[in-house]
Amino acid sequence: MSNLMLIVVGGVLVNNFVMSQFLGICPFLGVSKKTETALGMGMAVTFVMAIASLFTFFVQRYLLIPLQLEYMQTIAFILIIAVLVQTVEIVLKKMSRALYQALGVYLPLITTNCAVLGVAINNTTAVDGGYNLIQSVVNGTAGALGFTLAIVAFAAIRERLAVSEMPKWMDGFPGALIAAGLMSIAFQGFSGLIH
Amino acid sequence: MSGKKGITAVFMNGIINENPTFRLLLGMCPTLAISTAVTQGVGMGLATTFVLVFSNLVISLLRNVIPEKVRIPSFVVVIATFVTIVDLLLKAFIPSLSQSLGLYIPLIVVNCIIFARAESYAFKNPPLRALADGFGMGFGFTLAITLLSAVREVIGSGTFLGIQVMPAAYHPMAIVIRPPGGFVMLGLLLLVVNAVIKAVDKRKLAKAKEEIA
Repeated sequence: MSNLMLIVVGGVLVNNFVMSQFLGICPFLGVSKKTETALGMGMAVTFVMAIASLFTFFVQRYLLIPLQLEYMQTIAFILIIAVLVQTVEIVLKKMSRALYQALGVYLPLITTNCAVLGVAINNTTAVDGGYNLIQSVVNGTAGALGFTLAIVAFAAIRERLAVSEMPKWMDGFPGALIAAGLMSIAFQGFSGLIH
Repeated sequence: MSGKKGITAVFMNGIINENPTFRLLLGMCPTLAISTAVTQGVGMGLATTFVLVFSNLVISLLRNVIPEKVRIPSFVVVIATFVTIVDLLLKAFIPSLSQSLGLYIPLIVVNCIIFARAESYAFKNPPLRALADGFGMGFGFTLAITLLSAVREVIGSGTFLGIQVMPAAYHPMAIVIRPPGGFVMLGLLLLVVNAVIKAVDKRKLAKAKEEIA
């Protein structure tokens, strides 16, 4: 149990995907103009990342390792993620209109979110020959929650930046990147939490 | 993009006009994560260029065979194949680089630059042009990531390519090679690049006016 807590705290705060590992920067910069859309993206990523951790675990443990095909990991995982995203989209469309309307537009973008592939590979290379099933899913979910935290907070900052008077030469991406840098400094403060 | 542009123009386009990092803001994850030392930056840039060139070539050759509807999964398979090749090659021949780039080598698969070029260029153009585009974009990316890592390495560790360049009294600003430094330095570099491009454009415009007058 304490082990799982460690993974959660590590994923959300200490090794935050965006702020200290630079995974998922494209959606972080691209979909962070408004808090609501940022939250939608965060939820969609959380959803997919949890399921992707589950599926890639089974594929790695029961398909790639027994067949000694570990070198096919990249191809296998990216295909699983692409198929998964597509399936989630179709299922959501049929099952839950409301959820589909909330997350639908973000789903196709997730295939190329490197955080999803990153966490799937990380799960298999973690200490002691990879995380077990529960640890993998917890790690995926925690990492995605950390991503959500970062993107929503950053969107809130950008909403304020948009209405404040910036020097003309700082407007747009340079200003946003420097704001992200300052946020990242704040996240560095968590680094002492885990030894 | 006009169809009549020469191969050189296609190549230069990726380096200057549509530089993936500075102008299109694509492929930010490796740019920020890897750029702590020049050797890593160059290594990452060249690995990405390799994948980009070959995926562009193959996708362009197959552009009349792949049905429109399944193009995205096909792109994924082609790109992932070349990424796996690079991964295995690096592991076999340059293990130290493979170790320091680590997770970011398999993650070349999801580098949006490669996807974007497959979708918007290679799928619509003949092989030779797609090849030129791959080289141009790849070198543009390599240039940008090398520039950023040079700035970060010199300020953050006082070295260049691992050789001490700053005077011994210089205290390296460690924050620059930590994650926050990546964001801030890229922001500042973008500022400079934007300013330079603006100045060049202005001069070109003035020259054109002069010629008319």
